[in-house]
Amino acid sequence: MLFPGKYTYTCSTAEEIRPHLLEDLDPSFAKNVQEGDFIFAGKNFGCGSSREQPVLGLKAVGIVAVVAGSFARIFYRSSINQGLLLIECPEAVKAYTQGDKVWLDVEKGTISVGSSTFSFPKLPKEILAIRDAGGLLPYTREKLRQKKK
Amino acid sequence: MTFAEKILAKYAGEKTVTPGQIVTVQPDHLLMHDNAAPIISKIQPELKEYGIYSKDLPVIVLDHVIPAAAEKNALQHKQIREFVKAYKIKYFFDVGYGICHQIVIEKGLALPGTLLLGSDSHTCSYGAVGAFSSGIDRTEAAALLLTGETWLKVPQSIKITLKGHLESGVSAKDVILSIIGDVSAAGADYCSVEFHGSVSQFSVEERFTMANMGVEMGAKNAVFPVDAVTMQYLSSIGIPKSKYKPMNPDADATYERELTYNLATIGPVVAVPHGVDKVKPIKEVEGIGIQQCLLGTCTNGRLSDLKIAAKILKGKKVHQNVRLLVLPASRKIYLDAVQEGYIKTFLEAGGTVLPPGCGPCLGAHQGVLAPGERCLSTSNRNFKGRMGCNEAEIYLASPATVALSAVVGKITDPRKVVRK
Repeated sequence: MLFPGKYTYTCSTAEEIRPHLLEDLDPSFAKNVQEGDFIFAGKNFGCGSSREQPVLGLKAVGIVAVVAGSFARIFYRSSINQGLLLIECPEAVKAYTQGDKVWLDVEKGTISVGSSTFSFPKLPKEILAIRDAGGLLPYTREKLRQKKK
Repeated sequence: MTFAEKILAKYAGEKTVTPGQIVTVQPDHLLMHDNAAPIISKIQPELKEYGIYSKDLPVIVLDHVIPAAAEKNALQHKQIREFVKAYKIKYFFDVGYGICHQIVIEKGLALPGTLLLGSDSHTCSYGAVGAFSSGIDRTEAAALLLTGETWLKVPQSIKITLKGHLESGVSAKDVILSIIGDVSAAGADYCSVEFHGSVSQFSVEERFTMANMGVEMGAKNAVFPVDAVTMQYLSSIGIPKSKYKPMNPDADATYERELTYNLATIGPVVAVPHGVDKVKPIKEVEGIGIQQCLLGTCTNGRLSDLKIAAKILKGKKVHQNVRLLVLPASRKIYLDAVQEGYIKTFLEAGGTVLPPGCGPCLGAHQGVLAPGERCLSTSNRNFKGRMGCNEAEIYLASPATVALSAVVGKITDPRKVVRK
């Protein structure tokens, strides 16, 4: 579990979420994670409920992107809405060993792991627009402002 | 076109759409539960400036931690009640009405050919009555409250054809668990799942159980065709045919995958810890001792589920090592179960009947497990820690399996007692 359900209604801000992030999976995660880190994960990353605490938490600790074989649907949407990058690229996950240098090019749709480079499907423009605005809420605010004009 | 393509084309105002295409839609309803409190707290300034999009759009049901277990929950409930009053929200169901997904169906808020989104992953349940429904997150719910619209990616579709008939003692829950076991928890990621074939043998209640668990294989939505069974159910809750327009997939629709199941070959199954897709035939887990049984929830807390369990428990006692918790999915179901005598049966057998809500299923309160304990549950998730304890185990099964196992104190094949 990315974030234990027992905290669902007691933690909702990034500071409250952070210490419990991935605690059931890797109790040292919250302590060891650094700004600029990537997460490499297997299939169906983020499966389960519609809680967005894990996404808020991953963003708050400075995760650049999550690279996985595949993502669970609601987690995928949730990440777009918070402006967290998700890269679906099983080949890159397979190639990665802990400590490898990782380079990501969102425009080109490529990710380099160590000495190998892989491509992934580019994100649709509607979704990039939300990310560029800084997430769905800033995007919505702008939309409402435009409407009111 | 598939069901998903047809309905998304309609709501996007397009003649046709293709999988992968992004469309903007205005859903008929937006479901929220106790999480309406954090949702509205995200957009306080915007709410003040722009108000909500429509008072008819939101459906708010307090069900997750009810009655409030702690001051924090109580405060959230209070904030929601104040919001409901201030914005004159039309569809609000306070503590005690029941579990949100059951209420949406029971109150006729999900109808064939309608589109609903909800800030709860089991929003996919409304495919039971031929609606397109899917879960979203809190931020998205907040944006929807303000603007009434959002984007959806047109999904690929998977066609699951069910053939033949179920043996007695085997239920819709065994069917959906078997399918999830085959397809895997990620096997239907982003996809729309359509059930076809001999579905007329399944009541709307049973279809609910199966659509509810669509998300456990990653599906965006899961849907049954609208047929005489659906129409009869809707008419029983006071909704005439003139109030909705069924939308069924075209015969020549294109599917990403097609699967066929012979129902006669499906037996009782159990999902073992810690994954819903870790599904085993019951004979492989029979005899495993259990300390708690949970009968009910949004997956299996309807009258027909309680009836099956009451039939098994009638005149028997729950095993001394087991706590049996019964969770009717709504007040209406609870009341019907009182009238039918099922509640009396559960109490006489030594069970505890809980208020209609989500409580133990998500480990919030009312039935949290202790380290080393095992729970056999009719709910939809058995993730590690789901029922509030990391060192506990959750097994998922049908109401019949849970009821008989509660008496025996061990996981037991319900076919031992269930005869048609």
